[in-house]
Amino acid sequence: MKSSKAKPKKKQPAKAKSEVTIKIDGKEIKAKEGQNLVQVARENDIFIPSLCYYEHIDPPLGTCRVCMCEVNGKPAPACMQKVKDNMEVRVNTPEMEDTRKAIVEMMFAEGNHFCPACEKSGNCDLQHMGYEMGVSISRFPHLFKDRLIDFQPKRMIIEHNRCVKCHRCVEEVRTKDGKRVFSLCNRGNETVVGIDYEQEAKLTREEALAAMKLCPTGAILVRGQSMARPFGDRPFDKKSVQKEEAAKKSVVESTVKEATGKKVIATISLAGCFGCHMSMLDIDLGLIDLLEVVEFNKSPINDIKKFTRQCDIGLIEGGCCNSENVETLREFRKKCDILVAVGECSIWGGLPAMRNMIPLEECLEEAYLNSITTVPGEHIVPYHEDLPKILDKVYACNEIVKIDYFIPGCPPSPEHIWKAVKNLLWGEHYSILYSEFKYD
Amino acid sequence: MEAETLSKQRAHPELLNCLWEYQNQHGYIRDEDIEQCSRRFGVSRIELEGVISFYHFFHRRPTGQFTIYLNNSIVSEFKGFQRVREAFERETGSRFGEIDPSGVFSLFETSCIGLSDHEPAALINFHPFTNLNTLKVRQIIASLKQGVPVEELCDEVEDNIRYIPPGKRAVFFREYFPGNAITKLAGMNPEEVIEEINRSKLSGRGGAFFPTGLKWGLCRQQTARPKYIVCNADEGEPGTFKDRVLMNSMPGLALEGMAIAGYAVGASEGVFYLRAEYRWMKDKLEKEIQRLYRMGLLGKNAAGIEGFDFDIRLQLGAGSYVVGEETAMLNSMEGKRGEARVKQYYPIERGFLGKPTVVNNVETLCAAARIIELGADHFLSTGTAASPGTKLISVSGDCHLPGVYEIEYGMKVEELLKLCQADEPYYIQVSGPSGECISMADKERAISKDDLSCGGALMVFSKQRNILQILLNFANFFKEESCGICTPCRAGNFILQRKLEKVKLGLAQNSDFEDIRQWGRIMQTASRCGLGKTASNTLIKALDTFPEFFEVQSGNGLTRKFDLTKATEEYEKFKS
Repeated sequence: MKSSKAKPKKKQPAKAKSEVTIKIDGKEIKAKEGQNLVQVARENDIFIPSLCYYEHIDPPLGTCRVCMCEVNGKPAPACMQKVKDNMEVRVNTPEMEDTRKAIVEMMFAEGNHFCPACEKSGNCDLQHMGYEMGVSISRFPHLFKDRLIDFQPKRMIIEHNRCVKCHRCVEEVRTKDGKRVFSLCNRGNETVVGIDYEQEAKLTREEALAAMKLCPTGAILVRGQSMARPFGDRPFDKKSVQKEEAAKKSVVESTVKEATGKKVIATISLAGCFGCHMSMLDIDLGLIDLLEVVEFNKSPINDIKKFTRQCDIGLIEGGCCNSENVETLREFRKKCDILVAVGECSIWGGLPAMRNMIPLEECLEEAYLNSITTVPGEHIVPYHEDLPKILDKVYACNEIVKIDYFIPGCPPSPEHIWKAVKNLLWGEHYSILYSEFKYD
Repeated sequence: MEAETLSKQRAHPELLNCLWEYQNQHGYIRDEDIEQCSRRFGVSRIELEGVISFYHFFHRRPTGQFTIYLNNSIVSEFKGFQRVREAFERETGSRFGEIDPSGVFSLFETSCIGLSDHEPAALINFHPFTNLNTLKVRQIIASLKQGVPVEELCDEVEDNIRYIPPGKRAVFFREYFPGNAITKLAGMNPEEVIEEINRSKLSGRGGAFFPTGLKWGLCRQQTARPKYIVCNADEGEPGTFKDRVLMNSMPGLALEGMAIAGYAVGASEGVFYLRAEYRWMKDKLEKEIQRLYRMGLLGKNAAGIEGFDFDIRLQLGAGSYVVGEETAMLNSMEGKRGEARVKQYYPIERGFLGKPTVVNNVETLCAAARIIELGADHFLSTGTAASPGTKLISVSGDCHLPGVYEIEYGMKVEELLKLCQADEPYYIQVSGPSGECISMADKERAISKDDLSCGGALMVFSKQRNILQILLNFANFFKEESCGICTPCRAGNFILQRKLEKVKLGLAQNSDFEDIRQWGRIMQTASRCGLGKTASNTLIKALDTFPEFFEVQSGNGLTRKFDLTKATEEYEKFKS
């Protein structure tokens, strides 16, 4: 293996930290020599995405790689840079934006992140990074690796599905006698953060809560601790660190253009909860405008069961969990010119995909045979030729047919859906507000 | 003083040896051993679990009286790995990765064990068994069952030195007289030693080609004491075995190189980090160390130089590829998980225990010893002007003469292929999986620093071999060997491996190959150490080099052909 060998560095004689000037995206900034670049950027209201970086940890962890920037022309993680005079940093180049986004997408694909079912949703750094970077779909296939939820610790619950192995807890959480409570275990794709039950039991409740707060995702939970604030009122729900100002400016008052003939829409809910359809209904008064310019063909909204004509756009809610879903989806592909996956379930499986880590047989046995609500004497798994067949796992719609567009959210906000549809049908310019862009 | 090192985690240089003792004693590391260790070192149990689970030769579940590690590298795969694997299972009645109910045999797969010129090969209780086939496996297992000691059964590993430069030009493979190099130090001061190495233009042979003299010189300037010399004998890159041959044929040469480096930089302690796969050479190396001590070449006033004390101890690794990266090796020596450090300091500034440390590859140290012994001029008279000297290349795969070739820099690929009598070479892997692949279109290229740089391995594959099988073998290797600390390498290698599985199933579209390129580039840009930065090199290069192969693999739109029957197969079981 090629090991990166030492490049000679001139030794700096020890002296008081002097002021230096650096450039971030062309903006000149004064800073103290040797200060951390992420910190310097923050202090100057320049947002460099980061996850593992935590200002008290020195040397920085350098594990998540979300803060990749161009430093003096070379890609490098910003958290590992100490500012030097004349340092030139480029944060928002298309290439670096894409690299950072890819790394966040990798985390979503590698773990099992079901935001709508997560206690930390809205308080989660990973989710926040997803919003900031506009991740609407992971380019990487979800790996659906079976991971444990560890209920054994005294105060905590460790949700390995959500861990991004940032190392923060490994470095920072210690008992009073300095022993580590967490450590990385195994290696390669089997790497997990292990917890020492004996040491964990020595932590006070306050220390445990601090660990939960330290965790950038919902991997460390404290028993009996519910969220202080409801959804919609959490730190990352409404405000974007970087885009708030920009978003305010780019609100475009949209007016429906003069329609030339009504456009035809079809909608369906596959393995979903109809929540996305509810959200569509929440377009409220917009629906009246809508009906002037579109007509619905096959859709639960008007209860038309069969396609009667070719449609302009098809909106799909939910992924595919049975053979009927697959058939319906394929029919939609044939009958609709544009196919849009609406909501998390249709994009990558969503909540129904929680079963993807567990073999189908176990799922069915749990649901029909071993469940406490099973009627005695009726211990069978339903199977009949008239019943749709259940698939081995929940498939994202784009694993089965080509999907043209994705609208994320659980559910996506009505405004988001409406704006996207208008844009697709009439090419109307639109922008999505930060607060409308949601995974939960 | 307790050594505080970079990651704020305390160093325990004795920990690895301590864990080895438990492992050897019981065949695994028991809960009570961990408890004991935890008290002795004052660390939590999970920290120990973290270290143990990092190295694949440490076990937390009982292993049998005989542990068999069968190499699953690509060369082995092509030479009959599967048949040998089945033979082991049949003869022992045990299964790979599982515990034998009778407690006699435990079977494990392992990545390259440095015997690519003798594949398929395995280690039984860390003794080498080479050129295996079903018959040989049957005999070995029968003899073991009859109580024949492993050390009597195991094979004498042949060095297979196939080529040395004509005339007296050889640098490495010439007669070795212990002490010939080290005694030269008496007439030189440290600056002169560094100057001589500088003059020879020797650069690191681990693959990064950092100028050795410069490294030593920078370390010499460091004021912190003590300083350390580490010999990197963790030759983990699949297909590489040149260091094995150097250590086996002239164990003293690298040790002398360490002493010379120690003299040059002002270090008094050397650590020889030997990978566990080479444990069968441990006794030999330790005897050699003792011999050098007896000859007065090591220890107090080493080589008779007043005031130059130099001690060498041997540190055994425990099974991890990434530990070959120098900062990961330093972590491993400190009893930590072998994760690469963040590049805040270079080892020459803060290395082992936070002190200035020179880490050099076995071949580099051997070359340094020869340069001091023979003079830089001899070295400069071989090779090319820009890349003087000779290079050891481990050749394996589809050729009649696998083994080590001491070539002069500048030799063309074609000539080397002719020397090793390659069979219809088609796909050539240079420097192992983390290196690059070339086709015969590159046969005119010269092996040297400025053209085709080579870390020391050349795997030759004929047209009959499936390129996808090669790439998947590499992908599996990286997926398992990534240390897991940074996202792009941990998740990226996993994702690329899945992608190749898809290609193998015939489900790939052209866009999938484009994905591989782009995702691979992201890993190259964003990974923390050499492993992640280089893991996707071969894959991307293969797409460019063998387009005719991949064109056939693209299944144009097949992904959309979702197989409903297969997806409902599991459910059909409930039809009653």
